[in-house]
Amino acid sequence: MKHLLSAGDLSLEQAVAILDTAIQMEQVNKREIKKLPTLRGKTVVNLFFEDSTRTRTSFEVAAKRLSADVINFTAKGSSVSKGESLKDTAQTLEAMGADGVIIRHPASGAAHTLATSGWIEGSIVNAGDGTHEHPTQALLDAYTIRQKLRDNAIGSDLAGLKVAIVGDIAHSRVARSNLQLLKTLGAEVYLVAPATLLPGGLAAQAKGHYYSLDKAISEIEFDAIMMLRVQSERMTASFFPSEREYARIWGLNGERLARLRPKTIVMHPGPMNRGLEIDAKAADSKNSVILAQVANGVSVRMAVLYHLLAGGSEIE
Amino acid sequence: MSNFTLIGATLADGSKANIAVKDGLIVSIGTETSGDSIDASGLVALPGFVDLHTHLREPGFEQSETVKTGSQAAAKGGYTAVHAMANTHPVADTAGVVEQVKALGDEAGYVQVQPIGAVTVGLDGKQLAELGAMADSKAQVRVFSDDGKCVHDPLLMRRALSYVKNFGGVIAQHAQEPRLTENSQMHEGAVSTELGLAGWPAVAEESIIARDVLLAEAAGSRIHICHLSTAGSVEIVRWAKARGIKVTAEVTPHHLLLTDELARSYDPVFKVNPPLRTQKDVTALREALIDGTIDIVATDHAPHPDESKDCEWNAAAFGMLGLETAASIAQSVLIDSGLSNWARFVEVMSSAPAAISGIPGQGRPLAVGEPANIALIDQSAKRVIHGGGASKSDNQPYEGMTLPGAVVHTIFRGAFTVRDGKLVERG
Repeated sequence: MKHLLSAGDLSLEQAVAILDTAIQMEQVNKREIKKLPTLRGKTVVNLFFEDSTRTRTSFEVAAKRLSADVINFTAKGSSVSKGESLKDTAQTLEAMGADGVIIRHPASGAAHTLATSGWIEGSIVNAGDGTHEHPTQALLDAYTIRQKLRDNAIGSDLAGLKVAIVGDIAHSRVARSNLQLLKTLGAEVYLVAPATLLPGGLAAQAKGHYYSLDKAISEIEFDAIMMLRVQSERMTASFFPSEREYARIWGLNGERLARLRPKTIVMHPGPMNRGLEIDAKAADSKNSVILAQVANGVSVRMAVLYHLLAGGSEIE
Repeated sequence: MSNFTLIGATLADGSKANIAVKDGLIVSIGTETSGDSIDASGLVALPGFVDLHTHLREPGFEQSETVKTGSQAAAKGGYTAVHAMANTHPVADTAGVVEQVKALGDEAGYVQVQPIGAVTVGLDGKQLAELGAMADSKAQVRVFSDDGKCVHDPLLMRRALSYVKNFGGVIAQHAQEPRLTENSQMHEGAVSTELGLAGWPAVAEESIIARDVLLAEAAGSRIHICHLSTAGSVEIVRWAKARGIKVTAEVTPHHLLLTDELARSYDPVFKVNPPLRTQKDVTALREALIDGTIDIVATDHAPHPDESKDCEWNAAAFGMLGLETAASIAQSVLIDSGLSNWARFVEVMSSAPAAISGIPGQGRPLAVGEPANIALIDQSAKRVIHGGGASKSDNQPYEGMTLPGAVVHTIFRGAFTVRDGKLVERG
């Protein structure tokens, strides 16, 4: 495996292997000295064309714990408005000898283009491309689900687990990546969203879909419910009438939380709009695994970098 | 060489004849010869092709194409006339610009370059351009289009349709409802949602076509629909024609062959407006071209330099090359499919586009006394497409594909512009 561009590129075996490696990385992260020499001498570039302190920091910590040299290359705004093209940026990094490039870009397919254009030799990790994919988010979500819901996590998949993804499916790279990866791992994925934000092409790939969160909760006993962030630009584009109506119909609040099974885990990729897609009662409940998702992000990203860049060397 | 005879050419009806050319005209068709003899056995002789939709990019975007390089690409594709779209810089919205484009075409001398005028000032959709001045200019403009943009204001469209009746003109509409296609990147459907690229829904084209055929009916005017791309659009045009509305429609070669599945590569060479649609649409467009619902093949040849295509999809420009491959795709759809014939090929590639535009001396039958505008093609050739050909740009969507047929000679006003597949120096 050279690149990680799409969660759909991972086979069941590859996905389970990464998740299992992440368990080992989690042990490293609990040590006093949280460091492995695995990527010593390798250069990893964080190439971020969008603001995302969380994801960038998570990758930076992951690469540093594997002893890679990390360069943060933040180019705010699109390549078009900046003047320098993605091609020139990529070739500059190539000239500097980047072994791996972690790219976040507002254009769907940007990571794919970087990997297939011939501009650059190194491994490419897609850290979010437009409204397309965010495969490491899906991996950390799968890791968290397995960690919380499987007694013997190592080697296991997610067969039979029922997962709801709720919110702006249409514009969510988290939803696209999760839909593919969770299906690969055997989970049953349900999509819940207003009709304006639930494209038929994606609904067809899910086990089922609902326009009503209440109906979904009443009909399916979910093991995990994943709330998506509502982006501010959706609020003025008539996808739904108002924030209040959205919160009333599709928000996860304390009252709906009470109707879930006691063991159902509540997830959110962050950052949350508290009071909109999720309220404080749900976000801070014992069902919430939102902070575990953040912690697991580092372990999973270490595992991804290890699989792409370490060339199969042993973990100490 | 002002006097020569094409020996043993196959005509559109399948018969074989010698075609003698002298001083720019066809002087005999039959067994006679005069002047130099040129072996044309095995070649199909057809009236020179006429493209109603070409982006020559000059003035303003000479890094993409010039009138000369675009004319050369056209000649290599068997064309003897092209209609140059108005979205240049400055926009072809005045008599001065259209006369400049025509003069550049005359100077290049490869094809007849007929400028299209903008409908609105600066393609801005706000105020009618001086259509009368362009019609009366040396360029004699009869086709007007804001192509690249839709004339979306219904009142302005109504006025434009009516106003061009003053001089027998026609509005060529780029049918795209702007609000339904904000930031659109590709056809809206299963593939776009999977790829996370913003969709360009079929209804954005169909709703404008439906509106405009009704406006044309109300105004008693002609309307031409550019690059029709969906099965639904075909149904609307079919309905409008049955109702007696004076509508004509074009389809591009790429919409007859390629689908939105190609966007999975994220290779922007497949980014085009209107976007590549689904196989169901391709099938409907092919049927409509054969049954006459769609009148013509028009290339929408849209050259772009590497810097506009060697980038991420969203940053890339819309458009693809088409002049040197159009005849091959038309042959594939009409002839090699076994579903139609060379007579229909001549209509869609030459006589019908010339008739829509009213361009003089083009789209005429191969007959004694007619201008010698002739394309000779080797129907049995197979070509592996590589690179941009004579065009200044390389945005070649058919790279690596094998297409049937090859243009061997092109004769424009009695002189070779292409001979044995190679450009002849002109001017």
